Parts: sequence; C-alpha cells; structure tokens
Amino acid sequence: MILVYVETSAEGIQEVSLETVTFARTLSEAGNGVPIDAVVVGPAPNDLSTELASYGVRNVHHASGDDFDLFSGAATASAVIAARQVAGSVVVMAGGTNRGNEVVARVATRLDVPMAANVVSFHGLSPFVVTRQVVGGAALEEMRLGKRPAVFSVAGHAVEPVPAETPGAGSIVPLAVDLAPEDLLGRVTSVEGADTDDADSLKSARVVVGAGRGAGGPDGFGDVIELAELLGGTLGVSRVVTSLGWRPHHEQVGQTGSRISPEVYIPCGISGAIQHWAGCASSKVILAINTDAEAPMMTKATYAVVGDMHEVVPAINEEIRRRRG
Amino acid sequence: MTDVLVCVKRVPDFSGEVLLTEDAQSADARFVGYTMSNHDQCAVELGVQVAAATDGQVTVLSIGTADSVEQLRSALGVGATAAVLVEADPVALGPADVAHEIAQVVSERDYGLVLLGNDAADSGDFQVGIRLGHELSRPVVTGVQTLSVDGDTVSARADGPDGREKYSVPLPAVVTVMEGGVEPRYPTITGRMKAKKVEVENRSLSREPVGSGRVKLTLPPPTPTNAEVLGEGPETAKVVVDLLQKLGVTR
Ligand SMILES: Cc1cc2nc3c(=O)[nH]c(=O)nc-3n(C[C@H](O)[C@H](O)[C@H](O)COP(=O)(O)OP(=O)(O)OC[C@H]3O[C@@H](n4cnc5c(N)ncnc54)[C@H](O)[C@@H]3O)c2cc1C
Repeated sequence: MILVYVETSAEGIQEVSLETVTFARTLSEAGNGVPIDAVVVGPAPNDLSTELASYGVRNVHHASGDDFDLFSGAATASAVIAARQVAGSVVVMAGGTNRGNEVVARVATRLDVPMAANVVSFHGLSPFVVTRQVVGGAALEEMRLGKRPAVFSVAGHAVEPVPAETPGAGSIVPLAVDLAPEDLLGRVTSVEGADTDDADSLKSARVVVGAGRGAGGPDGFGDVIELAELLGGTLGVSRVVTSLGWRPHHEQVGQTGSRISPEVYIPCGISGAIQHWAGCASSKVILAINTDAEAPMMTKATYAVVGDMHEVVPAINEEIRRRRG
Repeated sequence: MTDVLVCVKRVPDFSGEVLLTEDAQSADARFVGYTMSNHDQCAVELGVQVAAATDGQVTVLSIGTADSVEQLRSALGVGATAAVLVEADPVALGPADVAHEIAQVVSERDYGLVLLGNDAADSGDFQVGIRLGHELSRPVVTGVQTLSVDGDTVSARADGPDGREKYSVPLPAVVTVMEGGVEPRYPTITGRMKAKKVEVENRSLSREPVGSGRVKLTLPPPTPTNAEVLGEGPETAKVVVDLLQKLGVTR
C-alpha cells in the first residue's frame, strides 16, 4: 500500500502532488498494482475526489475540522500517520515542496525510519533504493531506504503529472486523528494571502519573460515587465529573486515554483540552475539573454543573446514599438 | 534573556560544475573551497539579533571535520560568543546522527532557542531540525525567514503556499531558517579579532553513527547544448524581433 500526502489549497490540488501520485503509480506497477491512497489535511477543494480518482487513487483519507484549518506540521504528520495505520502503507510519500518535505520528515522521525528528500527515481523494491537530488540538484545520490515504511519526497517537476489509464475509486474516507496538545504548538496563526491567480496566469502564459539575479535589484524589472506586456505575456523569476524579496513568490519558476510551458520563454539574467530548469524545460522555444555566454541557460536555450539585459531588453522593446508604429 | 544555539555546516562552495571524490561518497571541493550555506548564514544573523534584543548569548555549533573551525570563526566574527565543534567525518553521518549530537549539547545546557539552516547545501536532507525537535520534545517551525522573541514566545514568519505565514511558538523551541528574510552582516575588524581569541570547545561523537543510507553519488547526464547564438549586445534587437515575429508572438 502506497500513501501520498496530497497538498491542497483553496484553488485545488497542488500540481506537485499530482506529479507525486503519478510517480506513485510507477511504484505501484513495479509492486504488482498495490493500491495508492491519498491523505488530505485541512480544507479541500470540491473536486478532490474526482481529480484524485482520475489519477488512480483508491481512497482519499481526509482529516478536517478546526484543528486542521491552519497548518501545523506536527498535526499534519499525526494525520498522515493515522492514515497510514488505516491503509497499512509500506510507502509514504509527498511532493518535494517545503511543506511536503517537512511533513514526511516529521512522519519518518516519529516512525523512526530514514527519509529521502527530493527523489527522482527508484531502483528495485528490496532493498528499496532511490535516487535523489543533492548539492542543489547538481549531483545525485543513490540512497538505500532500509526500514519500512519507506518515506520520501519526490523532487518538484521531476515527473509530468499524467492521469491514470484506469481511474481509481477516489472514495473520500473521513479520517479520525487523535491529536496531542503539542501537535498544535507550532501552528500557523495567520496567513497574509498572496494573489494565487497570478501563479495560474504564469502556468498558462503563451509568453513568459524571465528575470534573475541579473536584474540587479528590486528596481531592475521595469524593462522585462514592459517586454512581457508588449508580448502579451507574464513575468517569471528565479528563486534568488524571490528569496531576496525583489519579487513575490507566486512569480517564481522552477522546482519550488511554477512549471511553465509557453510558446516562448525569454530568461534574462538567469543562470539556468537545474532547479530553475525543472520549471521551464517544457517551453517550446527558449531565448536566453545573459552576459555570460557559458551560463547553463545560454547553452541549453534554443537561441542566445550575449549581453547586458539592461541594454538588450530596452533595445528589443524599442524595436517592437518602432515596428508597431 | 534567550541564549541561542546556531548550528552551521561547512559545505563545498559550488557555483558551477560539481566534481565527485574517487570513492563517489562525497562532492570534491578541492578546487572550489568551502563556505557556510546562505540558510546557515541567515540563521546566524537571526541568532545574533535575538540575543542582542534579549541580552542573551549566541553559541555556534558545527559537526564535521576539524576544518569546520573556519565556519565557526566566521560566526564568531559577527557576534557569536562561544563555539562548539563535534569532530567527525561528515560522510559517516546521517541526519539522525547529526540531530542526536546536537541534542546532546542542547540537553547539557540551557539554550532556549536552537536555530539551524532549513536544509544543507550539499546533502539536502531537509530533516535535521525536525529530528532534533523530536529528540528534545520541543516544537519545531521550518523555513522561517524572520523572527523575534518576546518573553517566552518566538514569533516567526515563513513563506507558505498561500502567502506569508505567521507562527507564534512557546520557548524552548527549534527553528529552521531559510534565506531571504535578513541580510547576514559582515564581520567587523574588532569582530574578527574577538573571534580569534575564542577557544573552540572540542567534542567527539557521543555514539556510533547510524549513517545516511548513501550508496554512492553520481552526476546527472549533461543536457545537450544546441543554442543558436543570435549575437551580442543591444544591436541584436532587430534579429530578436524578427525571430519573435516569426514565432508569432508579436506583430
Ligand atoms: C531545493 C532547491 C530548490 C530550488 N528551487 C528553485 C526554483 O524553483 N526556481 C529557481 O529559479 N531556483 C531554485 N533554486 C535555486 C537555484 O539553485 C539557483 O540558485 C537559482 O535558480 C539561481 O538564480 P539566478 O539564475 O537568478 O541567479 P544566479 O545563478 O546568480 O545567476 C545570475 C545570472 O545572471 C547573469 N547576469 C548578471 N548580470 C547580468 C546582466 N546585467 N545582464 C544579463 N545577465 C546578467 C549572470 O551571468 C548569471 O548567469 C532551488 C535550489 C534548491 C537547493
């Protein structure tokens, strides 16, 4: 039995969770079709059952109620452990988001088993050996998960989310969880909402203009935003940009951000680290602009322009405006 | 008064290509040098801020080779006042071992707050803080970018899937830190002088490590390179716009 911790928000199921269920299916096939259950904690979208059913999920264990309205890592782990007991799972997995990693780390700790973060593939079932990203994805580690349950997270965008050929039942099973008082000590008290619609428009954009550390600072985005507007597109940024607080997180492209698949992606001043690449690799055409001709983004792109984005991008904007008259 | 323990790790300073050691057990940093990851640097900064605001002290701890003293000194240079080195071969340790060794140090002393990086830049395990909290029976908050201590409560902020999250957690607690909330300060000359004088407490492992389950490291296959270079500098604008027109994304 495989159990997947599925992350949801008001908008629906997180894409990374659907990728993880897809990964779980390859594991299930290798294990002669062991069923896949999901565990959902807290408020859930209406189409939870149908969507997870289409991905081949048998039962959806759902913990809800006041205690789960706001996130607590410990309470979520208790819910996952309760679901594992009901389902009898020998594998517990989650998407490799910050939250997913936290939850499976807590589950593994409480069950006194190892946890592998950011897994990209598995080899053989006994012993159960996984390959996972280390050194920020620049290297891979083969790691043995010697105890049961095998607990791990799946690296974001390491697999495509694909619905199952044979859907599952997707039955919602209410989950009773005995919470200890300390489960609620480290709990979110409030959330200042980000505009998640913007992340959706990034995922579905035909044109994305990207900007990374090369933008130089919070005021360095004027030209790229203008280019995005001229092309009817959207701005996407690297993690450096969101970490430094130059732009909001919902604009981030990559393993821990959105996965985009536009007709044209124009990354400016982005080096093309593997975690960024994970989010933009399915772009049809990539036109990179960078001062460093050897940057990974420049060599992996379809087209490359060597130069300072603060000179090249305004010149492109000017040329577009000139041709439009 | 909140005494803070900040745990830092000596990691290879990779910005480009990664090389592996011959036994494929670790990344080879001979040509790139070592550093403290951004998350750890921010943890040190937050620790120094909390200690200053509450009249507490910061102790910095590292588990690793004797050379990790370099990272301890850099934390001492920006305001930590004591340092502990648990000397061990990092390749032999798994996250549970690291958490266990930190827990030994914490349980002997009275650190109200333990700060760690959210994940190590090399091993990327994402779990030492959680295992530590469990071992100490303390609450853990992960991925925190800014925090402050008021009496017996730590207030923290983290970036969550739905926006900026606030946490309010009773001390003693364990908090893992992500870069982005604070700018780590640079050491002053006096800071560096002081750092040199501090005697680093040396410890050895308290038990036989259980290990990490690592079989070996490999390098991912290189992505094929096939970029067509359109040119250099702003003069390429015409060629670029020709291309964008051909691709049908501008008139
Ligand atoms: C677990 C994990 C998850 C991660 N998830 C993500 C993720 O989701 N998304 C993501 O993006 N990253 C992610 N990262 C971070 C990733 O490893 C890189 O650190 C990040 O993508 C680098 O951002 P950057 O390209 O903007 O900055 P840098 O790597 O610093 O590159 C800046 C680039 O700009 C160029 N440049 C500088 N000035 C100019 C100029 N004036 N004009 C033109 N070019 C210029 C430089 O030549 C360089 O190539 C993750 C890392 C980890 C460990």
